[in-house]
Amino acid sequence: MSNDQKKFWHAGNILTAIILAGGLVLTFLRFYKGIGAVTNLDDNNPWGLWIGFDLMCGVALAAGGYVTSASCYLFGMKHYHSAVRPAITTAFLGYFFVVVALLYDLGHPWRLPYPLVYSQGTTSLLFEVGLCVSLYVSVLFIEWSPAALEWLGMRKLRNLVIKLTLPLTIMGVVLSTMHQSSLGALFLIAPGKLHPLWYSSFMPVFFFISSMVAGTSMVIFEGTLAHKGLHHMMDDTHLKEAHGVAFGFAKAASFILAGYFFIKLFDITMDNDWKYLATGYGVIFLIEMFGFVLLPSFLYAIGVREKNLKIVRIASIFGVLGIVVNRFNVSMIAFNWQLPASERYFPSLMEIGISIFVVTLIITAYRFITTRMPVLFEHPEYKDAH
Amino acid sequence: MHRRKFLSLLGGAGIASTLGTTKAKAASHAAFDGYPDAMGVLHDSSRCIGCRKCEEGCNTVNNFPKPEKKFDDLSVLDTKRRTNATAHTVVNKYNVAGLDHPIFRKQQCNHCMEPACASACFVKAFTKNPDGSVTYNGDVCVGCRYCMIACPFSVPTFEYEDPLDPLVQKCTMCHPLIKEGKLPGCVQACPKEALTFGKRSDLIEIARERIRKHPDRYVKKIYGEKEAGGTNWLYLAPVKHTELGQPVVGKKAAPELTAGALGAVPMVVGIWPVLLTGAYAISKRKEKIAAEDQKAAVAQAVSETQSAAEDKLKAAMEKAAKDKEASIARETKKAVANAEKEFEEKLAALQNPESEEVEESSKPEGDA
Repeated sequence: MSNDQKKFWHAGNILTAIILAGGLVLTFLRFYKGIGAVTNLDDNNPWGLWIGFDLMCGVALAAGGYVTSASCYLFGMKHYHSAVRPAITTAFLGYFFVVVALLYDLGHPWRLPYPLVYSQGTTSLLFEVGLCVSLYVSVLFIEWSPAALEWLGMRKLRNLVIKLTLPLTIMGVVLSTMHQSSLGALFLIAPGKLHPLWYSSFMPVFFFISSMVAGTSMVIFEGTLAHKGLHHMMDDTHLKEAHGVAFGFAKAASFILAGYFFIKLFDITMDNDWKYLATGYGVIFLIEMFGFVLLPSFLYAIGVREKNLKIVRIASIFGVLGIVVNRFNVSMIAFNWQLPASERYFPSLMEIGISIFVVTLIITAYRFITTRMPVLFEHPEYKDAH
Repeated sequence: MHRRKFLSLLGGAGIASTLGTTKAKAASHAAFDGYPDAMGVLHDSSRCIGCRKCEEGCNTVNNFPKPEKKFDDLSVLDTKRRTNATAHTVVNKYNVAGLDHPIFRKQQCNHCMEPACASACFVKAFTKNPDGSVTYNGDVCVGCRYCMIACPFSVPTFEYEDPLDPLVQKCTMCHPLIKEGKLPGCVQACPKEALTFGKRSDLIEIARERIRKHPDRYVKKIYGEKEAGGTNWLYLAPVKHTELGQPVVGKKAAPELTAGALGAVPMVVGIWPVLLTGAYAISKRKEKIAAEDQKAAVAQAVSETQSAAEDKLKAAMEKAAKDKEASIARETKKAVANAEKEFEEKLAALQNPESEEVEESSKPEGDA
C-alpha cells in the first residue's frame, strides 16, 4: 500500500495537486468576491482570457472530434478508426470544460440555461453558439459513452448507443459547422472595434476552416503526448494505425492551411487592407499568416513527403499554437485596437491561474479515463466494431 | 420559414414565439426606420459649458451614490472619463487645435433605432421602446457582456465588483420619467439649453435649421442621424465629431451586420445532412463495390485454379490411362517375348538335349 502511494505521488501528480488546490482557492475568490476581484476586465474590455482562451481556443481545439469521426464514419476512412475514440474523448472533455470555464466568466452563471429555456434571444449569434454548444456537448457525451459503458460492463445500453453512431456523427458535423463559424460571426457586430486586417464578413468561414486545422493538428499533437505518457494503454491496432493517422491528418492539414492562406489573401485584397500591413498590427498579422499558417502548411507537407513523423509533430505544434494566436488576435489583441494603450487589457495572474486550472482539470480527466476505459485500446469483449 | 421562428424551434423550445414580442427589430431583411413618434435628445456642444449639471441630474434621478468629488468640482474634466455603472452620463472636455476655448461633449447611451445590444443579447434583456428609449431587464441577464462587445459606442457597463447580482448598467433615457410626461433628468438639469428633448424627426429639423442659420458655428453633420442605422440621440458640434472622441461608426445597423451569418444557419442545418449522408452513401457504395470486386476476383481466381486443377487431373488421368495401356502392351509384349523365348529354348532343348545347364541358369532371368 505504501509502495502504491509512493508511486502515486510522482512529480506529475504533485504538480497536478498543487494546481488543483490553487484553482480551488481562485474559484472561491471568484465566486465570493466577484469577477472584478480576480480579473483585469473593465467596461471597455468585457471579454478577456476566459473568453479568448477557455472558450475560443477550447472549442476550436476540441474540433478533432467532428473531424475524426466524420473522416472515419462518413467519408469511409476506416484506417482512422482507432483515432476516433481518443478524439471524441478529448472533444467531449474539451467542450464540457468550456462550459465549466464559462461559469467563471458569467455574471449570473446559474442563468446559463436561460437562453435555451426561458427567454430566447434568437437574433443573437451568441444564442446560436449557446444552442449548438449545449446540443453538441450532449451529442459528444453520447458518442463517448460506449467507452464508459464497456468499462462498466453495460453491454445492452452500449450496443444501443453504437447503433446511433451515424446520426450522431452527422449531427456532430452540423452542430460543429454552425458553432465553430458562429464564434467568428460573434465579432461581425463590432466592425469598429476589431482591426480591419482581422475583421471580415467572411469571419464565420475563416473560423470554420481553421477549426478543421485545429482538429487535425490537435489529434496529431495529442497523439504525440499520449504516446509519451500512455503508450502502455494502447493496443496493437492503435499503435499500428497511429502513424497512418498522423500522416493522413498531416496531409489534410497541409492542404487546409494552404487553402486558408489563400482565402485570407483574397479577403485582404477584396477589402483592400494592404495599407495596414506596414503598421504594427500588420506585423502581427504577417507573423500569424507566415509563422502559423504557411509554415505549418509547409512543415506538414515536407513531413508527409519524407515520411518523417518528427517534422509532422513539430508542424502540429505550430498548427495548435496558430489557432491560439488567431483566436487571441481576434478576441483580444486586435480587438479594441483604437483604444489608447492605457485602456487596453492584459489578463491578471489570477485569470491565467484559472485557465491553467481548467486545462489541468481536462488533462486529469483525460488521464483518469484513458487509464481505465477502452479509449486507446479495444475492449477484448467488444471486438466487433467500435 | 422565418429564421427567428426556425431558431426558436431548434431550441426545442416552442415555448415562446419570438415573433412580435421583441421590440428591437433584429436580423431581418425588412428595413426598419424606427418608431415614428420616438423621442430623442439633441446635444449641441456649441452651447455646452461643461458645468456637469446633467451628470448631477442623472445621479439624482437614478438614486446613485454621490461621487467623491462634488458635481461642481470641474477639475474632474481634466481627465478623460467614460460612463460606468453609477454614472450613466459623463461630460468630457476637448481642447481642439485652432480653437481658443475647449469644447464639451456629453456621452451616454445613444439609444440606437436598431440597438446592437438588443440584437446581440441572447436572452432578450434589452427592449427598444416606442418612445425611443432602450431599456434593460436585469432579471433575465446572464451577465455574458456580449452587449458591451456589440455596442459601437462602448456604452453598456458592468458591475464587476458585485459577486451575486452583477448587472449591465446604462442610460435609460429616463424611460420612467418620459412615460409620466416628464423630461429626462439630464435635460431637465441643463441650464444652457444645450440639450433639447423632442421627437427625433423634429430634432433633425431643428438641427438642420441651426446649421443653416449659423454655418460658421457648426460642421455640416448631425452625428447620430445615420450612425449605426440612426440613433435617438443626436449631436451638433463646431468641429468634426471625431475631434470630440466620437467613434466613426458605419451606417449599417447591427442586424444588417449579422443577418448574413444568421441566415446561413438554416441552410447549414438543411444542406449539411444531405451532403453528409451523400458522402456516407458514396463511401458505403465504394466499399460495397470494392467488396464485390474482391469477391468476383476471388471467385474467378478460385474457378481458374479449379479448372486448372481439373485440367491437370484430366491430363494426369489420361497419362495414367496411357501409361496403363502402355504397360499392358509392354507386359503383353514381354510375356509374348518370354513365351517365344521359352518356346525357342524348349525347342532347342528338344533338338539338343545335352544343354540342360543352360536352361537352369536362364530360369531366374525369365522371372525378373
